[in-house]
Amino acid sequence: MDVSFWNREIETADRSSLEALQIQRLKEVVSYALKTSFYQKRLSKVGIGSPEDIKSLNDLKKIPFSVKDDLRQNYPKGMLAVDMEKVVRVHSSSGTTGIPTVIYYTREDVGRWTDLLSRGIIATGATAKDIFQNMMSYGLFTGGLGMHYGAERVGMTVIPVGGGNTQRQLQIMRDFRTTVLHITPSYLLHIHQCMPEYNIKPRDLFLKKAYLGAEPYSEPTRLKLQELYGIDIYNSYGLSEMNGPGVAFECVYKNDLHVWEDGYIVEIINPTTGEILPDGEKGEVVLTNLIRHALPLIRYRTRDLAFIHTEPCPCGRTHRRISRILGRTDDMLIINGVNVFPSQIEEVLMSIPEVGTNYMIHLATREGLDRLTVKVELYQKLFTGDLSQLDSLKGRIKDKLRASITINAHIELHEPGFLPAFEGKGKRVVDERQKL
Amino acid sequence: MAKQLTIFLENRPGRIKSICDVLQVNNLNIWAFAIQDRGEFGLVKLVVDKPAQAQVALVECGVACALKEVLAITAPDKPGNLDRLTSTLSQKNVNIKDAYGFVSTGDKQGVCFLEVQNVNGVDVAKLISENGFRVLSDEELYAL
Repeated sequence: MDVSFWNREIETADRSSLEALQIQRLKEVVSYALKTSFYQKRLSKVGIGSPEDIKSLNDLKKIPFSVKDDLRQNYPKGMLAVDMEKVVRVHSSSGTTGIPTVIYYTREDVGRWTDLLSRGIIATGATAKDIFQNMMSYGLFTGGLGMHYGAERVGMTVIPVGGGNTQRQLQIMRDFRTTVLHITPSYLLHIHQCMPEYNIKPRDLFLKKAYLGAEPYSEPTRLKLQELYGIDIYNSYGLSEMNGPGVAFECVYKNDLHVWEDGYIVEIINPTTGEILPDGEKGEVVLTNLIRHALPLIRYRTRDLAFIHTEPCPCGRTHRRISRILGRTDDMLIINGVNVFPSQIEEVLMSIPEVGTNYMIHLATREGLDRLTVKVELYQKLFTGDLSQLDSLKGRIKDKLRASITINAHIELHEPGFLPAFEGKGKRVVDERQKL
Repeated sequence: MAKQLTIFLENRPGRIKSICDVLQVNNLNIWAFAIQDRGEFGLVKLVVDKPAQAQVALVECGVACALKEVLAITAPDKPGNLDRLTSTLSQKNVNIKDAYGFVSTGDKQGVCFLEVQNVNGVDVAKLISENGFRVLSDEELYAL
């Protein structure tokens, strides 16, 4: 198999050179982290007062884990380690209780991130000759812009179409002879279902590859999509806290994802005890970002479950591979690629007086896309007897949910006391989606 | 004025029966009813002999129900009467929001329950009375 490199020296570096690079970059990150009161406190407690206190990678293990809540509590700028004038980019993702998490990047941060994305693209065998149709949404979400920069740096022809509008997507694919897609697995499935409607067949197109990310999917789904389209599909992993996509990418062997270990230190821990697990054991992915200075994040608990492969990859890269994401340690839902916590939905519902205390979150697959139905109880005492009240109530819930989680939900009103009452919020979610 | 109970119910088997059960246990009599379907739920509208008592009984059972005033209008059960009634209202640009009715078999009187909107200061009860209809008081209605 043809194996191409973006940076052969780093991608095939032996473990000791890779670790030396990690230590050097960790020191840089620590020096920036110490500029924030958050990390000053946290690092001084474990005896780290200067970058020189990092002697080996073992010193990393002294540093306590960071979590999403740290970002939230320091919203908006508490963890910013550089002057705002050095910041060239802001991305944001929704938080669990309405406060978003914000990520800042300097020009150099964006450059290093972009480089890892270019590396992933080249690892799949794509080249500057490819036509790249980026179907991830642009904006505060990192998926669209992040990959856009990486593809441009490779020299691909980038079509920044963003998400949605299937007819236009197909027209662009055909007319511009798109060869590589960046898309969510559920949308790629949906587009295939829509093709007869627009009288387009996969063989009318020029597709060769697709990069799939933003939602978990299984190996059978990859195989099915590869067969439906006659293309190669590569798994991509990232999260905005770790810059965005490009934390890990599959190479031409398509046998799980190389974590770019010069950019990120990956650890797998037991999510209950915090104990570090050996390679091969499944646990929570913990990542340290080695390439972002504007907002340092050290030992960040991703809540994603995966394991690290013990076997080297035949491509010759020394950067270890993680499995695809096998689940979550929290109750986060991924709805059409958007991360949603049930608590965000609860917060919206409880802010509306006419809504009772019980609710249910129901997820199903409709025409290849996720459909969110929120079932709420009408609060008995505020019922006026008017149909218009009920219609406007539904509209209000829908609007407020869209503002909070950016998803169009279907709202159902139920009689007081008729939805099951639960103690824990996890049981309020019924997920009947087809597994991808 | 006549009172109507509007009850919010899920649209599935057995829900209306549960309401009838409550009314029966409390020995309440139903004069008229109508149902409005709205997908996963519907509104049941009831005119009963003791509306306030019915509301208390239903609320105690956890039911979402509201009491509202409606016009109870009677006219002899003859062709053309509903046409006359609606013409009277449309001439004054009064909109009918909701309407249903029944015929009292004993004296062959048609009874129509009306909810109106856009009255613009028009005294609808007076307007109707002046045009040959009778607007029933509570007592008259329940004495039918």
